Parts: sequence; C-alpha cells; structure tokens
Amino acid sequence: MYQTDNLVKDLVEIHGCGRENLLPILQGIVEKHNYLSDDAMVEVARELDISAAEVYGTASFYSFLDTEPRGKYVIRVCKTITCSMKGKQEVIEALEDILKIKVGETTSSGLFTLLETNCMGWCHKAPAMLINDTPYIELTREKIVEIIKDYMHK
Amino acid sequence: MMETKKISKVDLIFEHIDPREVLTKAHTMTPKEIIDEILESGLKGRGGAGFPTGMKWELCSEEKAETKYIVCNADEGEPGTFKDREILDRVAYKVYSGMTIAGKAVGSKKGIIYLRGEYKFLLPQLRMELDGFHKMIEEIGFDFEIDFRLGSGAYICGEESALFESIEGKRGEPRNKPPYPTSKGLFGKPTVVNNVETLVNSVIILKYGSEKYKLLGTRFSTGAKVFSVSGDTPIPGIYELELGMSLLEFVNEFGDGDTKAVQVGGAAGFCVPRKLFASTVIGFEGVPTGGSMKLFNSSRSMYNVLHNYLEFFTEESCGQCTPCRVGCQQLLKGVESVKKGESKSTYLNELSKLADTMKIAAKCGLGQSVGNAFNSIVENFREEIIY
Repeated sequence: MYQTDNLVKDLVEIHGCGRENLLPILQGIVEKHNYLSDDAMVEVARELDISAAEVYGTASFYSFLDTEPRGKYVIRVCKTITCSMKGKQEVIEALEDILKIKVGETTSSGLFTLLETNCMGWCHKAPAMLINDTPYIELTREKIVEIIKDYMHK
Repeated sequence: MMETKKISKVDLIFEHIDPREVLTKAHTMTPKEIIDEILESGLKGRGGAGFPTGMKWELCSEEKAETKYIVCNADEGEPGTFKDREILDRVAYKVYSGMTIAGKAVGSKKGIIYLRGEYKFLLPQLRMELDGFHKMIEEIGFDFEIDFRLGSGAYICGEESALFESIEGKRGEPRNKPPYPTSKGLFGKPTVVNNVETLVNSVIILKYGSEKYKLLGTRFSTGAKVFSVSGDTPIPGIYELELGMSLLEFVNEFGDGDTKAVQVGGAAGFCVPRKLFASTVIGFEGVPTGGSMKLFNSSRSMYNVLHNYLEFFTEESCGQCTPCRVGCQQLLKGVESVKKGESKSTYLNELSKLADTMKIAAKCGLGQSVGNAFNSIVENFREEIIY
C-alpha cells in the first residue's frame, strides 16, 4: 500500500487538500491505478480530512470513477441511439470474441475491461468507443481487431 | 403561420479571426456597453435552454461581490450533440475570448471550463492554446484567468447547478432554484454559466456588431446555430445554419429520402413525425434545440428509439428526487410491459400522465424533459410502441 499512499500524497500536493480538489485527486488515482481501491479512498479521506463515506459517496456517483478493479485498458462502447443504430451490437460481439469476456468483465490477464457507456459525442462517426481516454470511431470488425492487437503489444 | 427562413449555411463559428482585435475592442468598452450590445443582439443560450445571454450577464453584473465566476459548460452530453467538441478542437481561442469578454462585462477575474471526461483527449492541446491566450490577454490589459475542470462521465453535470456541485468536489446533484447562479452559483458566488457555443457567439457579436448579427435568423431566434446531424442521413456531421428554417427544409437537405421522424434536441428534446415537418420551425419560437438533430428513416423502430432514451434517462437520473428516479424506471418498465403484451395498450395513457407529472414535479431539467421525448413518440408512433 506504500504505492497508493505515495500517489495520494503526490496528488494532494499537486491539487491541494480542499474539498473542491476531491475530483481531480480521484481522477488522478484512476488514471494511474485504473480504479479506486478502498485503501485509496480511505487515504484520500484522511488527507482531505473528510469521512471515507463522503469520498465513496462522491466517487460512486461518477461512472468513470470505478470503485471495483478494472483492467489496464478500459474499453467503453457507446450504446446510445445512433451508435446502437449503426452497429454497436456488432462492436460488442467482436470485442467479446477477441477478448473472450462479456460486457462488465475483465480479462484474466488484467489488461482489458469491457464496458458500455452513454453518448460520448461521436454520433456522426458511429459506432464509437473509448479506450481509457482515446476515442475510436467508425468501427468495423477489422478495425477493432487491429486496435486491440496494438494494445496487446503495448 | 410562423415566419420561416430558407435553409442557409453560414460560417461564423469556425471562421478564423484575430482574437486580439475583438479583445482590444472589448477592453476599451465599459461593462454596460458590452452587456447592451449582447442584449441588443437577442442572443439566447446555445446549450438548449435558450435563456437570454445579455440578461444573464446583466443580472450577474448587478451583484456586489469580490469574487465572481465565469463558467463555460463544456459538459456536452446530450445524445446526438457533438458540436462543442468540434468548436473546442478547432477554435478554442474564441471560447476563451468569450469568457474573457463575459468576465469584463460582469466583473469577474476567474473562468473555469468544465470539460466532460469523454473529451479528456483534447486537454493537452487546449492547455497549450490557453497558455498562449493568457499571455495575449495580459498584454492587452485584462486581469482574467481560465482553468479547466474535468467531468467523470455523468450526464447530469451538464445541468448548471449540478456542474457547480461537481466543481466543488461533490456528487453532481442539482440544487434547488432560486437562488439562481447569477446571484449564488459556484462556491456560493455570483456566476455566469454559458455554453461553449454561446460564448463564441458573444465574440461574433462584438466583432460584427449586434445590428449585423440580427440580420441572421428570425426575430425570436437571432443568429445562426451549429447543428449536430446524425442518424439516417447520407451526410452526418456539423453544420452551421441560420435559425428559423422549417424542419421540412432541413429534412430535404439532410434526409435520405425516407425520413419518418426527426428527434430535435436530443433525448431531452422532441420527436417530430413526417406530417409535422412543414409546420415545425427550428428555433425558440418553434422547437428549440441545443443542436442535436437525429434523423430516423422508415426502417427504424420508434419503440427501440424510445426504449434507448428511457434506458439512458434511467441510468443518468441522479436519483435525488423521487419523480425522476422512480418515474424514469416506471416509464421504462411500462413501455416494456405494453410491448410484451403484459399491459393493455391503454396503459400508455397512464404512462403519459406520469411523464406529465415528472414535467411538473421533477427538480431539474433532466426529469422535467423526459416527458418531451416520451409523449411525442408515444403520441405519434403509438402503434409502433404497442405492436
């Protein structure tokens, strides 16, 4: 837990220990560790001098602040109407085939987590997905295979 | 018959300008002169709600406070909207300029851009551009600083008071109004919160003058608007069009020849069926929109469209007030049970009443607008929901 403690301390140093800095701090932890562990949230609470329940309550409100373990690469496939009309289901099926997991699961390697998300603003280039912060658009099965291969070899 | 305009493309939002020129002009103007110019232009908010921008700035300028904030709402989450991303990607300096002008108008030294988490990939580029911008306005003589805050995947944070809560490090739950943001907004201080596109419009107005600006659009919907066009169209994308055209004109330009309905204004907006295309005006006097225009052709099931929207709202409702939290779930369950034949088709009437109740009783714009899509789809495509 040495690592988590240090990360939280560093983030508090960068952003400050006021309540208004809670989100940037939590976002910083997710960026490094892919999710918010109980230990991390308790540590943040201690540093900001607020209750752990406050931290968890805030984190659990935001869909990008995961409170359960996620893979190194979190794939979020858009499921809102335009993407859904333009082949979102095929995207999910392709990813499930390649990664051998279902939506909501993480590969045993700990590399990929497959999730769905709501409209991410790429309706004119649907279907679309995010891998961590990077958007991928106008997806086809072939494109998806290439993208995932790239991530596997990163 | 309402006044309608022929469809006409304009290029003002993405046009490259010298921001120094506009900002130097703004620097020599008094706050009152700036506000009067914006009031005169008739500019209404481009995020969807359509509140008069000049009035918002005026109200905030009248507040006596040491600290005031200019917040740019870049939490573009309405399904079918993607214009703010494009604006930030291509002409962010115009957004920064608009915030600086607003700052001068209301007496604020601090601007914050709340950028949705889904657009985080833009941040390095935006930050770099912002550094150059800060140097430029300092040279002109402005005392104004802009900062970024990121969202984390919550649609509701596009609601202004939820957005403040989020910047303050809390759950993005909307506040009761009043007090309105112009008197008690971010950190309890007087705050102007404007959409990305609205801020760029203020720059256009100062550059060209309100008289010229008003030549675009109609009396009640002055200016042009960036539309995000998607769905069943051969040419999806971003288009800047004069306000006040009829939906028929729009469909003739963007449809695939088989358009049966257009969802104007995203999931929170209205579904307009073919028979109403000619009589529907796109603008504040007709159907207002934040810019989301989704076309559906006859191969689409409107049940699937409605079901998708209701799932969206059920997930994105913050859960704070009962009409919205329970209402969204019941509408979703309700249409499913009618579709499966478990409930009679007349149950749809009960559900419509529930949607009406949510319009009155829900705390914020999310719950209040679920009924827009629900009632307009159920009313116009009833048989598709039942069979």
